[in-house]
Amino acid sequence: MLRVRLIERMRFYVTDYVTNYVTKTSAVAMAIVLVCALAGSPTGRAENKLKIITATTDLASLAQEVGGDKVDVESIAKGYQDPHFVEAKPSFLLKLRKADLLIVVGLELEIGWLPPLITQSSNPKIQVSAPGYLDASRFARILEIPTGQVTRAEGDVHPQGNPHYWLDPENGLRIAKGIADKLSEMLPNDTAYFAQRYSDFEQRLKQADERWKAEMKPYAGRKIVTYHRSWPNFAEHFQLNVVGYVEPRPGIPPTPQHTVELIGQMKRDNVKVIVVEPYFDLKTPNSVARETGGLVVVLLPSVGGEKEVTDYFKLFDYDIAKLKQAFDTTH
Amino acid sequence: MKKTLVLCALLFVVVCAKAQEVPTNGPSGTKTAANSEARMQTLERQVSMLAEQVALLRGQLKVLADAKGSGEGPGARLVLTSASVDASAPATAESSSLSVASAAALPAAAPAAPVPQAQALQSTQIQTFGGASGNARLLNPDISLIGDFIGAVGHNDVSQLPSMQLHESELGVQAIIDPYARADVFISFGEQGVNVEEGYVTFTSLPAGLLLKVGKMRAAFGKINTIHNHALPFIDRPLATNNLVGGEDGIDDAGFSLSRILPAPKGWFVEATGQVFRGDSSDVFTANQRQDVSVVGHLRGYKDLSESTNLDLGVSYARGHNDMGSAFITTLYGVDATLRWKPLRRAIYKSFIFRTELFYSLRDQISLLDLSQSVHAFGTYSSAEYRVNRRWTVGGRFDRSAHARNANLIDSGLSAIVTYWPSEFSQIRGQYKYGHLATAPNSSFDNANELLFQFLFVMGAHGAHPF
Repeated sequence: MLRVRLIERMRFYVTDYVTNYVTKTSAVAMAIVLVCALAGSPTGRAENKLKIITATTDLASLAQEVGGDKVDVESIAKGYQDPHFVEAKPSFLLKLRKADLLIVVGLELEIGWLPPLITQSSNPKIQVSAPGYLDASRFARILEIPTGQVTRAEGDVHPQGNPHYWLDPENGLRIAKGIADKLSEMLPNDTAYFAQRYSDFEQRLKQADERWKAEMKPYAGRKIVTYHRSWPNFAEHFQLNVVGYVEPRPGIPPTPQHTVELIGQMKRDNVKVIVVEPYFDLKTPNSVARETGGLVVVLLPSVGGEKEVTDYFKLFDYDIAKLKQAFDTTH
Repeated sequence: MKKTLVLCALLFVVVCAKAQEVPTNGPSGTKTAANSEARMQTLERQVSMLAEQVALLRGQLKVLADAKGSGEGPGARLVLTSASVDASAPATAESSSLSVASAAALPAAAPAAPVPQAQALQSTQIQTFGGASGNARLLNPDISLIGDFIGAVGHNDVSQLPSMQLHESELGVQAIIDPYARADVFISFGEQGVNVEEGYVTFTSLPAGLLLKVGKMRAAFGKINTIHNHALPFIDRPLATNNLVGGEDGIDDAGFSLSRILPAPKGWFVEATGQVFRGDSSDVFTANQRQDVSVVGHLRGYKDLSESTNLDLGVSYARGHNDMGSAFITTLYGVDATLRWKPLRRAIYKSFIFRTELFYSLRDQISLLDLSQSVHAFGTYSSAEYRVNRRWTVGGRFDRSAHARNANLIDSGLSAIVTYWPSEFSQIRGQYKYGHLATAPNSSFDNANELLFQFLFVMGAHGAHPF
């Protein structure tokens, strides 16, 4: 009897409590919204510069070239980092949430880490297809677009083509043009400024390209082996012939069987130079080089891969100097 | 009434006009929507347009031929000319490329200097007729399927896994909904049936940096509760999760989630999340009536200690009603800490993660002795994973947890795991697991020794790497 009464009494308390509780819950929710809304508005910026975040350092360099002192540019990935495997660190969100423009490489290069960052940035300006989202691959000449059936039996293939397209100065120019157009659109008052910066960049890049091409001319048609498929645009522009890869398939680590085949092929074709990106292990390339009497050369796919490579021009300066040296010593 | 109607009509027209502006206002290409498939879409559009043009021209020619009674020869030649010219035509023929006039102009345009392909693609803005089926496919969401096969050998009387099972096949369907939102749905087909593991829409364009999720989702309670089964660092979940935080499904419920990045001292990333759920989550929370909602709060602090090392801290709170009735509340507190190390130059070869979580559960229930009783149960786990090289990862975990319903029963366990990655899209694992586990009815303990193995495979769209 006592028990029943107690339970009755409790039920009364409970109903009372629940009603209270629900109101409290909604009050807490409202409070959170308010606090969030009030705490530091992200729009209050003192300077007038356009904040650009790029996925990679190369795009950052190109954006800086055309943007000049009207823009603040920062890259998420470092130049010595594999752009496929950047981590989606929350610290990047601090940059992205304040960005006016996000420039990406596209072609699914950043698919493993950028989409969640874009979503979580809760920055409406840089959401996919928003005015502050620029996919640089739209402007570039893309190679190795798979035709026919695409399966991962071929490794981590990029169904829309090879995303390492920036390693061709002509594509660099096209991307710079695209960025300049975008900047003019975002800052219409500075259109002339960006146009002038672009034409200046165009002139300097064309001059530099003439020089690079002249330097590489003696080595036209040379056969090389690369670790990953990072160099098709570079090879095409400088007339190199990539005949094999250390990776059996893109994204698949070297296997003994493939390495043996590669050694055989290099001996047959008299290939001496193995190009490796700075983020790959040198063990297999070194053993291949020992077997074939070849040479491993670490070329940089991106600006910032080494300290001295601070911009798009120095990237090609560095790679071409290294490559020339490698060709000269192996011949 | 009439006025309202007129107004409505006017509004409709304006909206339509605005909507139509979007696809047509980008002759330079830069204003148009730009996702990574833009090029492919343009190409496909061009191809389908070409086919249509050919068909249309063929029809026109047939009409002409019928009228003039001329032979088939010139007709075929003209069709070919028009097809080859098309790549440069769109730049000139903006919207009405299919008029007779433009068809007539095509041969004239043929010798014109060819526009470089890349430029032509960007400046292309053609009106297409039909052919929607091909293009519509491009709007399909990203679809992926992850298969999770688990096997077990050895002895465990407390929680018996079958010797072999396709534990789960998780279908992921993800897409951007509109300029303001994206949606993610994960449906898991398990041994017991089908379950929507998560399904929510995320509003990405809210003011004041707010991020709103609506739907069914894994609650932001600690770390392990947010992770899908296939992304777990171990084959099983820690004992503390099983005993205190709802087991495999965890706190996974329908509701709202609102989060925001908060201003913080330099270098710190601080994010607050508040969530309100219906109040039904496995054996943790039960909504006995509509008012029995549960709430979850999470505060995350993150800092890069260096470019390769970072520290991730969190405190969590959850409160809801339990299966004893509306009067009975379960409150959970959680603390988590993760230390990660991954050198950027060798990110795919070497990494180390140490993680620990502490859970504290306060559960109201009726006991035999008192009318009402509050059970204070404590649970924890610590785990470490080390990537030895590109293909191998090793790890270990220590577990200790009381039972939510009887804090005197304390389970403990140890695990060691080896993972082999043939590629990024599959993994094979073996886990040795020792457990000192309470058998519920008679409060005795059982020593469990098990060997679990797992095969995971991913197909379809490339998902985000776990972090």
